[in-house]
Amino acid sequence: MRSPSRLRVEGLTVRFRLPDATVRAVTGASFEVRQGECLALVGESGCGKSVMAHALLGLLPGNAEVEGSAWLETGDADPVDLIAAPEAVLARTVRGRRIGLVPQSPATHLTPVRTARAQLAEALRELGNPASADDLAERAGLRPADLDRYPHQLSGGMAQRVANALALAGDPWLILADEPTSGLDRPLVDATMDELRRLADDGRAVLLITHDLRAAERVADRIAVMYASRVVSITRADAFFAGPRHPYAAGLLDALPSRRFTPIPGRPPELTRLPDGCAFLPRCDRATPACERTPELACADGQEVACHHPLDHPFDHPITPPEHPLDRNAAR
Amino acid sequence: MLRADGVTVSYDRHRVLDRVSVDVPPGVVTGLAGPSGCGKSSLARVLALLLRPAAGRVSVDGTDVRRWRHRAAPALRTRVALIFQQPRLAVDPRFTLLDVITEPLRVARQPLDRAERLAEEMGLTPDLLVRRPHEVSDGQLQRACVARALALRPRYVICDEMTTMLDASTQAHLVARLEDYRRESGAGVLAISHDTELLDRWCGTDSSIRHLERLWTRT
Repeated sequence: MRSPSRLRVEGLTVRFRLPDATVRAVTGASFEVRQGECLALVGESGCGKSVMAHALLGLLPGNAEVEGSAWLETGDADPVDLIAAPEAVLARTVRGRRIGLVPQSPATHLTPVRTARAQLAEALRELGNPASADDLAERAGLRPADLDRYPHQLSGGMAQRVANALALAGDPWLILADEPTSGLDRPLVDATMDELRRLADDGRAVLLITHDLRAAERVADRIAVMYASRVVSITRADAFFAGPRHPYAAGLLDALPSRRFTPIPGRPPELTRLPDGCAFLPRCDRATPACERTPELACADGQEVACHHPLDHPFDHPITPPEHPLDRNAAR
Repeated sequence: MLRADGVTVSYDRHRVLDRVSVDVPPGVVTGLAGPSGCGKSSLARVLALLLRPAAGRVSVDGTDVRRWRHRAAPALRTRVALIFQQPRLAVDPRFTLLDVITEPLRVARQPLDRAERLAEEMGLTPDLLVRRPHEVSDGQLQRACVARALALRPRYVICDEMTTMLDASTQAHLVARLEDYRRESGAGVLAISHDTELLDRWCGTDSSIRHLERLWTRT
């Protein structure tokens, strides 16, 4: 049995029309995030992953053209399509209430001239949450005394926890963390990831967007890899780190200092000039004429990959289907 | 040798470096690790001759740095290049990438033709060079910053969390380019990062480093 889906993205496509070009930032992305699960969306900078986050929050600029749907479960009422819903609905019922955003840089996310307590209390009041700022802070691992400080008096880790507490003020189902750790040192990255893990274990759904594979390894149940605007692989995290089947994912892993520390040759295509067929073709040593056709995301040995020539799986035993994330938590 | 000897740095009354000494020898990579807020970046700015220490001495290849204003005289400063963590904060947003790379050459009144070869070595194609920072990715912008740092062929390159913002493949690429430059020019590199796994790999694994004062080098 699989836990219920919280967010179901289907065929999401985002384009930006510029005077002399079209930026194809997201192309036909489909995935779901389930209750109690953390899905990490990884990829190089400029592959479209942040645009995806903005699309889900309804925060795209006016020149964006969006197709597809992103169904967010609301529990009591019908699911909301984040793409089609009017701004008033997103502002009143979705942002903060159904989706909590863990921001990229907590220190700049907070208002510098007000204490953490004032900001938390305001969020709780606006969202109609009767809980007190102290309760919320405690859940996020802060002492009540920390709340009387101004953002510049908080360490990076404490600012991160205040941001987490703010994201939880509306008791959202889905936590969207957009590069929450860029610029933090490793212990702080690990602490932030453990916080996200705890939120998932509490039964929320967590979508983590990051370029940091080691952070993803620490927290994610599944890894989705984005390359040149497309989701090219969705895999269980353990299988991903043991041996990804998509050549691009394998190249990314091989570039880690703890592995071969070798960059992928070449560079990603411009989003204004995406080639027909597989966008990874010019950098791929497995390419054949078949790669002139765009590969579809298809299941191969338990990993969903969009590749005509996926790598062999290093496991010599069959892959079991993904377990129910809540069962795994119970076993812990 | 780029040398900081008993360097002290304070901001207001908050002392971030207290009599710290570091040697950056030419021709090798020296790793410098330490947690957030331990003074790594302040030391980087002192060694790049951009921040005058409250006490202590800095010398470049045996020449003591004197007559600091808030930073040192240009003739000495051009021997040391600094690459910052956040490329977006390190370039003029009005510049094209080519302007970014040629800026040190223009200031030093040197021929600009070197810039295109530098850009090519960093994997920046001519169509990218006419763009401005908001039109390129962080990785592309940091490539331009590395090219800018190498434009005047510095004797020492200080990389202050150069790849923290970047994905693994771009990180491996930038480190490989700096290693090419080090081997070809004999320059000394100071690699500053909180990521000891990266430093282990970049500097060699013969010893490990956890704190500011402890350094490790590789020939």
